[in-house]
Amino acid sequence: MAYTKRSDERKMNELRPTSAKVGVVPNADGSAMFCQGDTIAIAAVYGPKIFNPKHFQNPEKGVLRVHYNMLSFSVGERIRPGVSRRSQEISKVTEWALTPLVLLDELPGTVIDVHINILQANAGTRCAGINAAAMALAHAGVPMTEMISAVAIGKIDDKIVTDVNKEEEDYEDGEGATDIPMAYLSNSGKITLLQLDGKIQAKRMKEALEAGKEACKKIFEIQKNALKEVE
Amino acid sequence: MVYKITRKNVLEAVTKEKRLDGRGLLDHRPIEIKFGVSNKAEGSVSVKMGKTEVVCGIKMGVAEPYTDHEGEGTMMTTMELLPLSSPNFEYGAPSVNSVETARIIDRGIRESGFIDFEKLCIKDGEKVWSIFIDLATINDDGNLIDVGALAAILALRTARFPEYDEKTERINFGEFTDKKLPLNEDKMPLTTTFFKLGDKIFVDPTREEEDVAEGRISIEMSKPGKDEMINAMQKGGDASFSAEEIGSIIEEEIKVFKKLNTLVEDELKKEKKGAK
Repeated sequence: MAYTKRSDERKMNELRPTSAKVGVVPNADGSAMFCQGDTIAIAAVYGPKIFNPKHFQNPEKGVLRVHYNMLSFSVGERIRPGVSRRSQEISKVTEWALTPLVLLDELPGTVIDVHINILQANAGTRCAGINAAAMALAHAGVPMTEMISAVAIGKIDDKIVTDVNKEEEDYEDGEGATDIPMAYLSNSGKITLLQLDGKIQAKRMKEALEAGKEACKKIFEIQKNALKEVE
Repeated sequence: MVYKITRKNVLEAVTKEKRLDGRGLLDHRPIEIKFGVSNKAEGSVSVKMGKTEVVCGIKMGVAEPYTDHEGEGTMMTTMELLPLSSPNFEYGAPSVNSVETARIIDRGIRESGFIDFEKLCIKDGEKVWSIFIDLATINDDGNLIDVGALAAILALRTARFPEYDEKTERINFGEFTDKKLPLNEDKMPLTTTFFKLGDKIFVDPTREEEDVAEGRISIEMSKPGKDEMINAMQKGGDASFSAEEIGSIIEEEIKVFKKLNTLVEDELKKEKKGAK
């Protein structure tokens, strides 16, 4: 059976119910929570601070470090607390996604730590993590050229869909599921995160990128509004 | 590291029996409880005490029993001191601090008989339920043992079994039953840690107060009948305590226990109403 109706009855280009909140970790210099459907990410930023030990410092520019972690109870079957191969990779691609928008040249010798924790997982955790992290960076007053928003676009059977949920991610009929997490910078429109798992016709990739661009614009509005609420 | 000036300020305040935030020695900060913060967990809760926030998620698993307890389920408690929650926490192997905190919380729950482990047996000697009590800090401003212990109890009280397929002998994660965990609610343990500075004793310290304190005694208490029972204790820190001091700490704990017990039952009643 063709995928004509989404499992949660959303339109093909519709985001899941999305909300954001700034300042959820009082100890941090900046923090935010981002909820994308049933996925909840919390991000906290510490820094910029002097990078110790000193030999880690880059005298020419600051360093951005990202740590992504899923809480053990955020998924169906419990995962062991601590670092996994998956979390290491996601930390790295998130770092590559965020680094281009931070004015690190103005922060020599410093480090900015971004901690992302997934409280509840239902697909798209790295995207929710990036959305929360961008807000936390802005909340911390870290100098940035622009904001960033991320979304997972999917191809479920032969349909391009926005903001894939877990049920769609596991879809097996027809052409199956393709998961394409991506992140767009808010002003320059550049892409700083792109991953893909599945199979998609080369000629349809443009369509997927376009859907991502549209969705990220909507997410950016949600991030902006939440940041405006900060006292 | 503690600044001398911090120590001086805290000591002065405690000596006058009026703390830096205006509380008395045995007053708690405002407690805020939110249930169901993580919907994949069999039970979950966030507990805030002042600016400290800890989340707890209960996950169930199926495992082989221990050979010396063949007809009983198992339980494990962990505490993650997330670097997200404090500039003082780091990645890497769990610190002594996090291990000790988890173990204190674990012992109170285990020794009180709060969990009926025999009812967690699926097939004698072969398959039993295991309960994972996983705690994580969202913001650290002191008193993580007590906040964590409270979160663990509340998460256990609201947890329900996932569906278990007896044919495949597997759990259908994400599918929940209405069945609560086998708990002896009358044996519910509650934990208070008493901190010592100079000759003064206080509870629910902020991070600053906790770092300055010279020692602590944690008491996990339950009241299964007319007598209060102590199920676990732990003295921590370099300070020494006299037998009289320990006696008066226990007296105080009986009062604090009563207060916390009322709070817990009220919150659970509210949660039940909200669920209906």
